[in-house]
Amino acid sequence: MRNRVSRRAGHAVIIIMTIFGMMLTGCSQKEAPSNAGEKQTQPPIKIAVVGSHSGDLASYGIPSARAAQLVVDQRNAACGINGRRIELLVEDDVCKPEIAANSATKVVGEGAQAVLGHICSGATKAALGIYKESRLVTISPSATNPALTQSGDYPNFFRTIASDDAQARLEVDFVLGHLKAQKIAVLHDKGDYGKGLAEFAKGFIEADPRGEVVLYEGITPGAVDYSAVVNKIHQSGAQAVIYGGYHPEASKIVAQMRKKAMAIPFVSDDGVKDDTFIKVAGEFAEGVYATGPVDTTHNPIAIEAVKAHKAKYGEDPGAFFLNAYAATLALVNAFEKSCATDYDALVKALRTEWVATPLGIIRFDERGDAIGVGFAMYQVQNGKYVEIK
Amino acid sequence: MNWDYLLSLFMGGLTRGSIYALIALGYTMVYGIITLINFAHGEIYMIGAFTALIAIGVLTLAGWNGTAILLIAAVAAVVYAAAYGWTLERIAYRPLRHAPRLSALISAIGMSLFLQNYVRMAQTANFLPFPNLIPEFAFLKPVAHIVRSSELVIYAVTALVMLLLTLLVRFTRMGKAMRATAQDRDMAMLSGVDVDRVISLTFVIGSAIAATGGVLIASHIGQINFYIGFLAGIKAFVAAVLGGIGSLPGAVLGGLVLGWTESFFTGYVSSDYEDVFAFLFLVGILIFRPSGLLGRKQMEKV
Repeated sequence: MRNRVSRRAGHAVIIIMTIFGMMLTGCSQKEAPSNAGEKQTQPPIKIAVVGSHSGDLASYGIPSARAAQLVVDQRNAACGINGRRIELLVEDDVCKPEIAANSATKVVGEGAQAVLGHICSGATKAALGIYKESRLVTISPSATNPALTQSGDYPNFFRTIASDDAQARLEVDFVLGHLKAQKIAVLHDKGDYGKGLAEFAKGFIEADPRGEVVLYEGITPGAVDYSAVVNKIHQSGAQAVIYGGYHPEASKIVAQMRKKAMAIPFVSDDGVKDDTFIKVAGEFAEGVYATGPVDTTHNPIAIEAVKAHKAKYGEDPGAFFLNAYAATLALVNAFEKSCATDYDALVKALRTEWVATPLGIIRFDERGDAIGVGFAMYQVQNGKYVEIK
Repeated sequence: MNWDYLLSLFMGGLTRGSIYALIALGYTMVYGIITLINFAHGEIYMIGAFTALIAIGVLTLAGWNGTAILLIAAVAAVVYAAAYGWTLERIAYRPLRHAPRLSALISAIGMSLFLQNYVRMAQTANFLPFPNLIPEFAFLKPVAHIVRSSELVIYAVTALVMLLLTLLVRFTRMGKAMRATAQDRDMAMLSGVDVDRVISLTFVIGSAIAATGGVLIASHIGQINFYIGFLAGIKAFVAAVLGGIGSLPGAVLGGLVLGWTESFFTGYVSSDYEDVFAFLFLVGILIFRPSGLLGRKQMEKV
């Protein structure tokens, strides 16, 4: 009996500590922007930061919250937005759609005037309906599901990351427009990543009158030899190959194509835009095209942002940090340029005003995707990937 | 009917098939003698390729070039892999000789995983480029789009290896001892055959052939990593079963049939279901010929 009582007491302690611990972290995230300016008479502009700040995917969400904090601290240390202080409402959605809807309702109730978030595509989709009804601008640093912008269902949605199909779009535009190939072979490695890209590429080519898919095939990763598939490409009369997958298979296929004296262009994705590919494929890598993220390592704002992060948190920033930094800058800029907090003015500012961010100088198109963010085409030239402008 | 295309697929299948056959020969020899499926055989093939790569690196630094490097690297790979095969048998299989067969099988799987991870840690997990050392033969220029010189070398070596093995098993004293051990180990021992030596030699020969295959294939494909032995090993095992496990010509025939099946299926239907079709074909053949294409019927001893 005593034993049971003491165990119950133990459980209670654990539960209390858990709840209390959660409150502690919640408070610590909110208390930061307090001492900026108490004298102001105007109410602060409230920006909600919603994402996964705990759980399995916390590492995707926390860098975004930190990015927002850094930008806001910096602005508040100056004079905020047109003299108004910025306040962050940080909410955790654990990347779960059902919780995301609750978080969304909560920040709407607390009077958020714009939202930075959410992190995961599923959670973002669940929350977007609520923000749309409340006419709140929402910018996600990381939700890559293509339908979020392309469906046109969410005119209030923007994002500072390229959508999943952006690489396929770039590859197809490049092959049809720049290389002027009409017959295209699309291959993939049957994996989620490679097949997903190949399916998008196939769809885009079929929707375009300039080109046709003459071969669509999945190959077996790790096979000892790809000569049958290479023969099939040759037989199909393809003028270019688009491959979705990773570099080990890509290098084998390219090498076998080149050894069979097939000189047609080989275009692939950021799974191939890897220096290992050049090392392994050697001379056969020469001339291969691959898409990859636009280089940000020389962007002064990015360098500054990373430095600020290191100074405040003592470590390198995590995933989507620069995307979130860019999103917050874009939002702050939109508030500033529109001189207002109403929805229509904000949306107009986001779509028309260029803003310098760690990802480059960006604005948003009418669907909500950032122009200037995303992928660039690279080609192997003299043993190095060189960006093709 | 496009004959050029048909011929390309045929040659591609022949290359694949020869690769499978070279590895399958080792599987089938070991199985024939001690009825053990040596799952670590694919890893020996991988170790052969790695040894050759290291030897090539050293020789290139020393200023050698061309065919000489290939030959010396191949010899180094064969010797080193044969030593691995011998050691493998001594430490992983011989102590289990009289244990239930399942124990030896588990030991084989364990060795396979061990060798894979050992190479991953001792060398690298990355893909490494493997130089193409087989020179392009001038007389193949006109048909270069159908068959390349590295493929020709693979066909030739496979045929030669099969021929030598058959001669060894049929006409030498050692071959006689091997056949005797395969038929009845206890009886062979009673007649004065050094069974332990025969089994060791079987592992040494099987490993040497696998290493030869490793060097040729790595040179043909141009890249290796620690994982290449796994899939090649599985496919070669299928080839050995298809041809009739325990039969040397069966292993080669099984390899070729599997290679052609995959190549033609990819060429005329789709490569999406290449493996599915290859294994369906295996099931089909085993339904009608349970002991494989060239396998002997197992007589139940009374």
